[in-house]
Amino acid sequence: MNFMSFFGKRGESASVAKNRLQILLAHERSDNGTDAALISSLREDILAVVKKHISIDPDAVRLEMDRDGDVTTLGIDIELPGSTRD
Amino acid sequence: MSNATVIVVTSGKGGVGKTTSSAAIASALAKEGYQVCAIDFDVGLRNLDLIMGAERRVVFDLVNVVRGEASIKQALVRDKKLENLYLLPASQTRDKDALTEEGVASVINELRMYFDWIVCDSPAGIERGATLAMRHADEAIIVSNPEVSSVRDCDRIIGLLDAKTIVAEEGKRMPKHLLITRYDIERAKTGDMLDVNDVVDILSVPLIGVIPESRDVLKASNVGLPVTLSDENSPASKAYTEATQRLLGSDVPVTIPSEKKGFLGKLFKGRAA
Repeated sequence: MNFMSFFGKRGESASVAKNRLQILLAHERSDNGTDAALISSLREDILAVVKKHISIDPDAVRLEMDRDGDVTTLGIDIELPGSTRD
Repeated sequence: MSNATVIVVTSGKGGVGKTTSSAAIASALAKEGYQVCAIDFDVGLRNLDLIMGAERRVVFDLVNVVRGEASIKQALVRDKKLENLYLLPASQTRDKDALTEEGVASVINELRMYFDWIVCDSPAGIERGATLAMRHADEAIIVSNPEVSSVRDCDRIIGLLDAKTIVAEEGKRMPKHLLITRYDIERAKTGDMLDVNDVVDILSVPLIGVIPESRDVLKASNVGLPVTLSDENSPASKAYTEATQRLLGSDVPVTIPSEKKGFLGKLFKGRAA
């Protein structure tokens, strides 16, 4: 890597920076805190549904969002208490 | 009705050169013969006085004026070199909540009667001080380094300029100018730094100037002179002067003055230093 840059290989970090910024800002410009509100209300609802069937720790429900270009994924991770069912 | 133009120098992020740019542009405007007032909105952490070399002559400040403890004329500090350049310092001892919306409005309205240009040096952040600094602006200079966090914060500030200012609330568009500071031509060339076009592309704000990274900026601040007054031949000073010409409506193309002037230039630089 250093060897290559010694011979004048053009750095690419600036174009990575530009890309990251464009993706991030496209999202931030359209978001007015709606993500946070969505995540929080989803979390409440999901928790309520799960609670109807099993008793779980409210802190054991994790929602994660990941944005990559135009695609947003939502991950729901519920830790079930040991051997409630079998 | 006054013809004053209120301009806010803002960035969101700290340390990108708002105060340096405010001082340089205010001085360059004054050199053109305009009546200019620079206001420091960074209540609690004032520094424009230091950059302009006026720190020992500050008696009253913006908070005193807002609270009616001093008149504007008592609080204005006249520049040592330019008699048509004034500073309205921020308070060093109070906190940012000491400013009120009505107080700031009346200060700006009074200043509009005396000055052609009012340059508001915004504090970093997006809280009260920053929103009050931009509130009454007719135009905005957005200062960004060619660096991701700075560009992101500028984008946020642009959103606020289009929402929280009086101009925006009247349904008009806030004229904005992008000033890129601490630019390193060589690093941009080799792809290690966002280049001017990248930043302009991302923020979609017309470019008013590119200030090259320069040792002269620190040297000027050491002695308390805006860089446009300390060394007219410095690349940073030239770039600020050109940016000011554009602010005044001139159509000069954006150049990036460089310290590397070829062999003869280098020779002269070496001798002058």
